[in-house]
Amino acid sequence: MDLNSIRAAITVAALITFLAIVAWAWSSRRRADFEAAARLPLDEDDAPAAREDGK
Amino acid sequence: MSDTQYNYKVVRQFAVMTVIWGIVGMLVGVLIAAQLAWPALNFDIPWLSYGRLRPLHTNAVIFAFGGSALFATSYYAVQRTCHARLFGGPLVAFTFWGWQVVILAAAITLPLGFTSAKEYAELEWPIDILIALVWVAYAIVFFGTIATRKVKHIYVANWFFGAFILTVAILHIVNSAAVPAGLLKSYSAYAGVQDAMVQWWYGHNAVGFFLTAGFLGMMYYFIPKQAGRPVYSYRLSIVHFWALIFTYMWAGPHHLHYTALPDWAQSIGMIFSLILLAPSWGGMINGIMTLSGAWHKLRTDPILKFLIVSLSFYGMSTFEGPMMSIKTVNALSHYTDWTVGHVHSGALGWVAMISVGSLYYLLPRLFGRTEMYSVRAITLHFWITTIGIVLYIASMWIAGVMQGLMWRAVNEDGTLTYTFVESVKATYPYYVIRLVGGTLVFSGMLVMAWNMVKTITAGKAVEATIPPVAAGSGLDAPAHA
Repeated sequence: MDLNSIRAAITVAALITFLAIVAWAWSSRRRADFEAAARLPLDEDDAPAAREDGK
Repeated sequence: MSDTQYNYKVVRQFAVMTVIWGIVGMLVGVLIAAQLAWPALNFDIPWLSYGRLRPLHTNAVIFAFGGSALFATSYYAVQRTCHARLFGGPLVAFTFWGWQVVILAAAITLPLGFTSAKEYAELEWPIDILIALVWVAYAIVFFGTIATRKVKHIYVANWFFGAFILTVAILHIVNSAAVPAGLLKSYSAYAGVQDAMVQWWYGHNAVGFFLTAGFLGMMYYFIPKQAGRPVYSYRLSIVHFWALIFTYMWAGPHHLHYTALPDWAQSIGMIFSLILLAPSWGGMINGIMTLSGAWHKLRTDPILKFLIVSLSFYGMSTFEGPMMSIKTVNALSHYTDWTVGHVHSGALGWVAMISVGSLYYLLPRLFGRTEMYSVRAITLHFWITTIGIVLYIASMWIAGVMQGLMWRAVNEDGTLTYTFVESVKATYPYYVIRLVGGTLVFSGMLVMAWNMVKTITAGKAVEATIPPVAAGSGLDAPAHA
């Protein structure tokens, strides 16, 4: 197989992979998981007032 | 120092050094900006000559200031979003002290004239080896923390930080491959146009992964935290992450338009640079729209001002970049001060402002205070910096377009209309305006340093207990499910 055919195949495979990621990210089944994930940094409190002393 | 507490010590160390290296790097920048306006300011001392200080400036602001900011914020965000203490034990301290030794070695060797002459990769091979060791340790600490996380999901900020760490390791090791010819002298492993292509594959991905992906990781943690709202669209964050990963790798050839690089490679570089507009703006829109419905916070909160205005500069420079990669535009812009303006709109507007905003968020939390010692000083810093950046980039735009037009102007008989020195003379006032802008940005960092010292002396170093993962939060599934 010609090296350039492999190169072309890799490019096409990369494009298909990306489109698959887009389809996966936009599938409605993922919605609830993503909402929980987006709240991940907010669900834990790092407010300074809540801080305890290290000693 | 038990496993029940987060490691705040290393975050504190890197956060404080970010401010110190920011001041050092920007001071060198101010000096060389002054030298361009008044060349006598090198005092005929070789160590202070422009050619040696310029790489010191770029290394100090990118790798010392920006690098320390990335270490501090990634170590904080990865612990807090994984509910796990930093992995790796003594490796964590090694990343801090190793990185400081790299910076000191750069600060000594570059003014002495030791350089591999590769832009943004000037350091000689012994220092390159230390960088590689520190970076591998960084990867073990970061990915080890993710592997030992207590929550199921890996938050998007960690994807960006992870991509930045992994890619910079590959870029650094490949581009720094060299044949030593003495302790502080080496020759690149590549020759001719291949060397140029490897260099700018490295150079542009240093922009794409060090200066973009890493700071987007910062953006995805600190903007939601400071705004108190989840990111606008989580699915957009996933799609623009992968789009950036798939695209950035190919954009490097736009640094080599109209050179010995094959024409098709230049065209590919230009096309991928144009495509990059989409994922870049995806990130910008996602960050800014996180404030949707809470725009009033922008009026009163100077930390949010820093974070959101940084995204405006990110949007501006990622629009400008693709435009400048178009060959016909590049024929005008390349080798002019337009490029310098573009870089600083990204480096000061995006990278420095998001770092500064994130540090103002971090510092009180690391030193047991509810907020910085002076919130008004944050506002002052914001306005000094913003005005400084606008003066800087506007003067360089005007200077750059003027230089490009003067260099290409020809008389009817085909001779050049202007000599080169005429374009230098015409640039003089803009060099002075740029110096004023740069000095303002530098002054802002001094205000920040004062505020930081006051915050530290009024507070004290604190540690934080790792909270249990709340049941029913959707995050309580065990790791590695």
